[in-house]
Formats: sequence, C-alpha cells, structure tokens
Amino acid sequence: MSDLRELYQEVILDHNRSPRNFGPLEDADLQADGHNPLCGDRLSIAVKVDDGVVTDVRFQGSGCAISQASASLMTEGIKGKTLVEARALFDRFHRLVTDQTAPADDPALGKLNVFAGVRDYPARVKCAILAWHTLRAAVDDSHEAVSTE
Amino acid sequence: MTSVAQTAQSPASQTLDVRRIREAFPLLARTIGGKPLVYLDNAATTQKPQPVLDTLSRYYAAENANIHRGVYQLSQNATQAYEGARAKVAAFLNAAEPAEIIFTRNATEGINLVAQTFGRWQVGEGDDVVISTMEHHSNIVPWQMLCEEKGARLRVVPITDAGELMIDELASMLGPRTKLVSIVHMSNSLGTINPVRQVVELAHAQNIPVLIDGSQAAYHMAVDVQAIGCDFYVVTGHKLYGPTGIGALYGQRRWLEAMPPYQGGGDMISSVTFEHTTYNKVPHKFEAGTPHIAGAIGLGAAVDFIQGVGFEAIADHERRLLDYATDALLGVPGLRLIGTARKKASILSFVLDGVHAHDIGTIVDTEGVAIRTGHHCTQPVMDRFGVPATARASLAMYNTVEEIDQLVATLTKVRGIFG
Ligand SMILES: Cc1ncc(COP(=O)(O)O)c(C=O)c1O
Repeated sequence: MSDLRELYQEVILDHNRSPRNFGPLEDADLQADGHNPLCGDRLSIAVKVDDGVVTDVRFQGSGCAISQASASLMTEGIKGKTLVEARALFDRFHRLVTDQTAPADDPALGKLNVFAGVRDYPARVKCAILAWHTLRAAVDDSHEAVSTE
Repeated sequence: MTSVAQTAQSPASQTLDVRRIREAFPLLARTIGGKPLVYLDNAATTQKPQPVLDTLSRYYAAENANIHRGVYQLSQNATQAYEGARAKVAAFLNAAEPAEIIFTRNATEGINLVAQTFGRWQVGEGDDVVISTMEHHSNIVPWQMLCEEKGARLRVVPITDAGELMIDELASMLGPRTKLVSIVHMSNSLGTINPVRQVVELAHAQNIPVLIDGSQAAYHMAVDVQAIGCDFYVVTGHKLYGPTGIGALYGQRRWLEAMPPYQGGGDMISSVTFEHTTYNKVPHKFEAGTPHIAGAIGLGAAVDFIQGVGFEAIADHERRLLDYATDALLGVPGLRLIGTARKKASILSFVLDGVHAHDIGTIVDTEGVAIRTGHHCTQPVMDRFGVPATARASLAMYNTVEEIDQLVATLTKVRGIFG
C-alpha cells in the first residue's frame, strides 16, 4: 500500500480529479496531438508563445490518472517559461521518471517531483511522459527555435 | 494422460477438481512481489500444463529431426509425431480429415492465409467482405488490406448495447457481391458467444463461405466445425494451453484444393524446375518451409490435456465462476460491465467510475492480480461503447472462487485510493 501511495500521490489524484488548464485554447500558436495506443490515452496540447515565452497552454483529452495529472502539472510548470527552458524541463522530467539514480527532489522540477514514484512502475512511464512528448511535437513541428544545445 | 476430471460414470460427472488441475500448471504456483499470482488474463494467453512442457522438452531432448525428408528413423518418428498432432487437432475440432488442418503460427496467420489465398482469388472490385463490430484487429486488418488492394468493400455488422451481434443486420447485408463472411465465435473483449451456426446458414443460403475466428471459443467449449458448417475456422495454440508460435486453420478440403498456395518454399512443392513448379498436396501446399514441429506436437499434447479434463467439466466450472464473478463485480460501487450478452463465457470487461482502466491494472498488480487493461485489440468495440479502455478479467479452467474474491478485494482498494 505504501508504495502505491508513492505513485498515486494526493497531488496527482487531485490534478486527475480537477485538471488545471483543461479545455480549448483560442488562437494557439502551437498545437499537437498525442496518443498512447497501448492504453488509449489521448491528449491534445495547445500553446501560445510570445517572443519565445509560453504565455498560455491548455490541454484536452482523456486518459489514466497519471497521464491526466502529468498534463495538468506540466501546463502549470511551463507557463511563463521560455521554450528553451521548457525543453530543459522535459529532459529533467524524463530523468525523474525513468532513472532510478536521479534525485527524486530536483529543485528545478518543483511540484513535478510528485512523479518520481513512476520510476518504480516502468509500464506507466509512457503515461507520465505523454504530455511532454506531445508538447515537444508541438514545438518541433513549428518554426519556433527551441534547440539551442 | 489420466483424466483430471472425475470419471463420466460418477454422479458428479461435471465437477472438476480445480486443486488437481492447478497442480498441473507449474506457473500458477509462483508469486508476484511476494503475493500469490492470481492469473486472470487468460483471454490474452493461457498457462501451460506440465504434459505440454514435458512434450516440448522431450521432443527437443530425444526426438528432434526435420520432417517429411529423412529416410532415417529419427526423421520418420518426428514426421509421425507432427502428423499425429495434426490428427489430434482435426479430431479436437471434428474436421472430416487431418488434411483439413493447416498448421500456422497463430490465429492471425490463419486469417491472413485465407485473406491472401482465398481472398485474393475470390474477392474482386465491387465485392463485399462482411465482418462485425466485435472483431479482434486480426479479423479486421487482413480484410481491410485485401479490400483496399481489390477495390472491395468491408461491411461491418453492428452489435447491440449488450454486445450481441445484430443478426438481422447481417442477413440484410448479404447479397450476390458478398464473397466472405468472417465472424468471431466468442468475443475476446465482451465474452459474447455468437450464433455461428445461424450465421453459416444465412450465408450458405446464398452460397457465401464463412470463416469463424475461434481463438477464444476453442478453449471454453467443444467446437465441431462440421456441425457449425463453416468453411474455415482458426485457432491459436497459446490460448489452448499450448505453446506460442503455433496455431491451426481448418479449411474444407474443396476450398483448400482450389485455393492458390500461401507462401512458396520447401515442403509445399512436389517438384521444382526453373520453368515450372508443381505444388504439394493439401495440407502441405500451405505449409512452406520447416514448420514449428515442436509447437505442433506441443499443441497436440495441449488438446489431449483439454480433452482429458473434458469440456463438460470445463464449461460447468467456468460457468459457475462467471456467475459468481459477475455478481461479485456488480457489488463493487461504480462498476459497470461492458458485454452482457445472454450467451457469453468467461470474460468480464468492466469500467469503474472515475478510474481509468490503466490505473486499475497497476493497482491490482501490486496484489499479484494479473488482468488486462486497454482496448484488447478491439478498438471498434471501445468506440462502440464510448470508453477509451476497459479492465478485463478472463477465466480459465484453473481459476477459483478465491481468486475472484481477491480481484474484488483489490478493486475495493482501488476505490480506496480514488475515492
Ligand atoms: C478473438 C481473437 N481473435 C484473434 C486473436 C489473435 O490471436 P493471435 O495473436 O494468437 O494470432 C485473438 C487473441 O488475441 C483473439 O482473442
């Protein structure tokens, strides 16, 4: 029971029940759809960008608690950040949910650290990461320059 | 093999000694994360009894040789064992003769074989192939590919809210352009058992051949292809308590004789020159290359095992379990069953209010309970019921009432987490 609570943290359950930034976004600059065929999770992410900064982001779709909460917390996490910063967060988030040796309390990730428990459930990594992959697809498909490495 | 069920003479002839059955399946004794495994994903694949495992290891340890080629004894024996397995599968499905059984890799390959041989030969531009909403992707995509290639039309018989085939709709779709009806015997996501005999009667009244996908049905009930009257019937070994990588296609001889071959290569020929090749006779015409010899022999052992237990005993046991599980699951607050056909077997697909199937799967797994969550390779069924996915418990001869209780207890835990 205790380790399940590591996965299904109260914050995650809360964001699943009442997702933030959920719904359509008028006049979005970037948009992409994500699909996890294995479990049927579907997400659509829309972003407004001004001068390389995410000024608004919203998502729609359905899926498991992990994928819904991840999308919800991601939208909170990237609002106000530059696309370059968002990309860096993606990399850190990816490490958080896949790498057993990564710190489970990366200061840069803030609230997103609630997903650290996912690393113990490899079958669920795809759920946690779907929103981020979708975001990246939205950015990569556009002509917004994100890759500065 | 000794019968695990009680003998037919005993008054309780239909009872099955589930404890003894379980002892025959070594994997069922294992634990998952320290908890006893509760294996309820039988519709995906069944576990293997010891006689099947023994047959496989004995074959490789003592009997291995290629078949249909050597004059030496070892090869002769392997050929006999392989052809003996064909005869067992033929008897299992009550085919008229062993030559009507073609060994394949699985059900999927059986369906593709029919699509690529019978289908490419018989289906032309403007023709129809008829399937149903409840088909597994393996009984959709091969026909879609064929129809696309030929400019033919794929027609889909709808299902009711209970998950039953709308047989009148099927009847109204059949016509002179219908070249094949391909329908599942028992749905893997709904549990529905279709009236396949009636389907065949309707189709045959207009000279339309019928393929039945027996992937699920064949391990829950006695199948008699001659009584059904179908032209083709496919099964898959790994759901028959047998090895993976082996399946069988039943085809009426008159079709098999007339159909072009599937793949070219060794074993499917009787003579080859660069100018001309004559094909081997049925069924070898459809079995190019070295087949899965061990798998076929293992499948033979699996059907022996099933028949040793007996379908009467299996069906009776599984019916009780299904009834018990149906009542127990309906007692879980917010649980809705998907698939409530009057005639169904061994499958409980469900959704839980406010909880995605995937979360259910993860949580019950921590208690050792293995169920399937997702679309079960039947996305059109999910669309039909307006759900992204379901959780599915599927039963086999070795499942117990205690395991159902364990499933229900873990679902209660899911409710505890999600409120
Ligand atoms: C109804 C049905 N048809 C076809 C298949 C395909 O079986 P296989 O993957 O063994 O070819 C399955 C199994 O998943 C099934 O349940």
